Amino acid sequence: MQSLQEFRIETRTWLEQNCPASMRTSMVQEEVVWGGRNVSFTNPESEVWLQRMAEKGWTCPTWPSEYGGGGLEKDQAIVLGEELARINARPALNSFGISMLGPVLLEYGNHQQKLEHIPKIVRGEIRWCQGYSEPGSGSDLASLSTKAELQGDNYLINGSKVWTSYADKADWIFCLVRTDFEVPKHSGISFILFDMASEGVSTKPIQLISGSSPFCETFFDDVKVPATNLVGRLNEGWTIAKRLLQHERTMISGFGLSAGQSDNGGTTSTISSLEGAAMHYRGDSDKLSDPVLRDQIAQFKIDADAFAHTSKRSVEESKQGQGPNATSSMLKNYGCELNKRRYELMLQAIGSQGLGWEGEGFSDEELQLTREWLRSKANSIEGGTSEVQLNVIAKRVLGLPDILSLAQK
Amino acid sequence: MALVLSEDQQLLKDSAKSFCEQNAPVSVLRRLRDSKDEQGYDQAIWSQMIELGWAGMAVPEAYGGFDFGYGGLGVVLEETGKTLVSSPLISTVLIGATAIAQLGNETQKQDLLPKIVSGELLTALALDEHTSHNPSKIATTATKVSDGYSLNGSKTFVLDGHIANMLIVVARTSSDTSSEQGISLFLVDTNTEGLNVTRTIMVDSRNSSNVQFDNVVVAEDALLGELDKGFGGLDSVLDIVRIGIAAEMLGSMQAVFESILEFLKQREQFGVLIGSFQGLQHRAAEMYSEIELCKSAVRAALSALDDPDMTQTEIAVLASMTKAKLSEVFFLVSNEGIQMHGGIGMTDEFDVGFYIKRARVAQQFLGDASFHRDRYATLSGF
Repeated sequence: MQSLQEFRIETRTWLEQNCPASMRTSMVQEEVVWGGRNVSFTNPESEVWLQRMAEKGWTCPTWPSEYGGGGLEKDQAIVLGEELARINARPALNSFGISMLGPVLLEYGNHQQKLEHIPKIVRGEIRWCQGYSEPGSGSDLASLSTKAELQGDNYLINGSKVWTSYADKADWIFCLVRTDFEVPKHSGISFILFDMASEGVSTKPIQLISGSSPFCETFFDDVKVPATNLVGRLNEGWTIAKRLLQHERTMISGFGLSAGQSDNGGTTSTISSLEGAAMHYRGDSDKLSDPVLRDQIAQFKIDADAFAHTSKRSVEESKQGQGPNATSSMLKNYGCELNKRRYELMLQAIGSQGLGWEGEGFSDEELQLTREWLRSKANSIEGGTSEVQLNVIAKRVLGLPDILSLAQK
Repeated sequence: MALVLSEDQQLLKDSAKSFCEQNAPVSVLRRLRDSKDEQGYDQAIWSQMIELGWAGMAVPEAYGGFDFGYGGLGVVLEETGKTLVSSPLISTVLIGATAIAQLGNETQKQDLLPKIVSGELLTALALDEHTSHNPSKIATTATKVSDGYSLNGSKTFVLDGHIANMLIVVARTSSDTSSEQGISLFLVDTNTEGLNVTRTIMVDSRNSSNVQFDNVVVAEDALLGELDKGFGGLDSVLDIVRIGIAAEMLGSMQAVFESILEFLKQREQFGVLIGSFQGLQHRAAEMYSEIELCKSAVRAALSALDDPDMTQTEIAVLASMTKAKLSEVFFLVSNEGIQMHGGIGMTDEFDVGFYIKRARVAQQFLGDASFHRDRYATLSGF
């Protein structure tokens, strides 16, 4: 058995030889690689980097090598993460397949499903989207009504989804559908996978307050899906749905982690840290001249530090247990609130230069900041609102009586 | 940096927990308060704590200690915080032993540390002179005289001053009143002529005192650490103490939160358990999250103290981060402790009042949240 130190040396050497130079610089928004059938690489080295990482399975380091994953132990994956961070390497691939679908498919999918989908996620060949929320089902997700009826060997799917992130760019969807209308709402839901190129699927982007359209309305009109695409058992999709939400929350809580770091990846120079920006725009040299803002930034950074230690502790603790649990709700909620606080403080730090919408008079990063500030408002809504996370903590972690379950009876 | 307890630390924590629950519950503090106990701590319980080895927890083996590190002392403090144990554990073990081990010369360490471990020696730190913490604003003077130093001035908020055998006095040997230069530390026997200790009865029912120095003469070997350059060493000792106090605060806030949860699960109003109300659930869930952050901050800071690779500045940042965060959250949780218990929380009969009283004292001790946010910002370069 190879020691962790040997693994580290070997990894470091491999990265030195295989990580292209431009992949060791801060990520630029336009160069994030999402993969998929229509993938395009604005930077050709992104493609090289993805191919090399995917070949080793290191886009999904702990997934079984049987399905193309890296097959690493958790502590090896931590070492890999540390070594990637050491050279400031960009993520080779960013996808909902990696952060959400893959883990639950490995847990609940059958061998055939894993064999078909997991390797394509690892290699970034298929881009996935999440069919969860519906126009009438937001926080009360289990009330969803998109219908799947069995007809011969296929399900016929009708209904619509909303807030489907990047549905217009995705190749496949993992989707919650109602397969039984006669039972209590949680007991009639199934989890199904299908190709977005299927006949009857259409999407329509939604323009947000930030001006961008990452989310879509998605419509299903007599979409035919092979029955073998159902994951887990019929009508038991809610268990899988909740498990996936825990993974999603863990992913989103990561926003809070990066919120605390002085280098925020996507941005460079003057707007890289709150205190740096505040001092730069005020012309301060060694001490931030606004004492109230200085105190608020210190308080924010202290919370962000304590949050980073908490995320790390939860990783250490999960080495002893299994995967994310209800504390993912705590991390999601806190991380999102931190990220929103960071953007609000950033606006204060930059003053009127942080309020530009477009055109002359503002730098690109100033304009981007305005949009990111607006975008951050969704953090505490997507993946379950902060209020829903607090409900989950109250019920599952603190064991407080559930008034909602009384309401459902 | 380990953020989860080692097996040894967990065992120590379990045994400290059962000791505090069985031998030193909050009723002991209540009894000390009600009987206006002159010592202000229970000597029999303190003797048992010494037998358990708690006084030598972080003291190196070479000086009679058990070398369990600050990670070990931290889990003990967390447990004593849960039941609000009033004892010399902070003044003598956390502060005294740390100051002597960090700053003392070989003779002082050989002489004094074993006496702390065995319980023979009680110490107190005479530092603050003003109503809010400012460790470099020192007006108490130590003037060179023929065979030593003569101390003049006054100190306040001296924890355990009236029971201590020895004071660690922060005095000015040169420079002006608010300079970090010119500060020196002295070990002063409390029997020395000219030294006057007045006990002050504080809201948390723990021991505190004011100390007056009128030409208190000490020998040259009373100097602890370097002459005139005592501040750096003092500050690093204070950082260790701030982290230890934070560990104690962590225990106290957890006890309040447990009491809140228990109450939410048994108190009925409008025909239902009040814990089913979302207005209370969300506040409880937010407190839970804040306490989890506190736990991580304390674990990170304690494990940094036992990590030889950490620099003094890194530890200072962690100490200020932790003390600021814990002070804010203990403030929140102690207030909610009263509010969420309703009327019963206001009664003296119920224990939660003891915790809000302790909270305010602990918050201010060695720097409150705003002191440490300011220090954190300065250390971080902004």
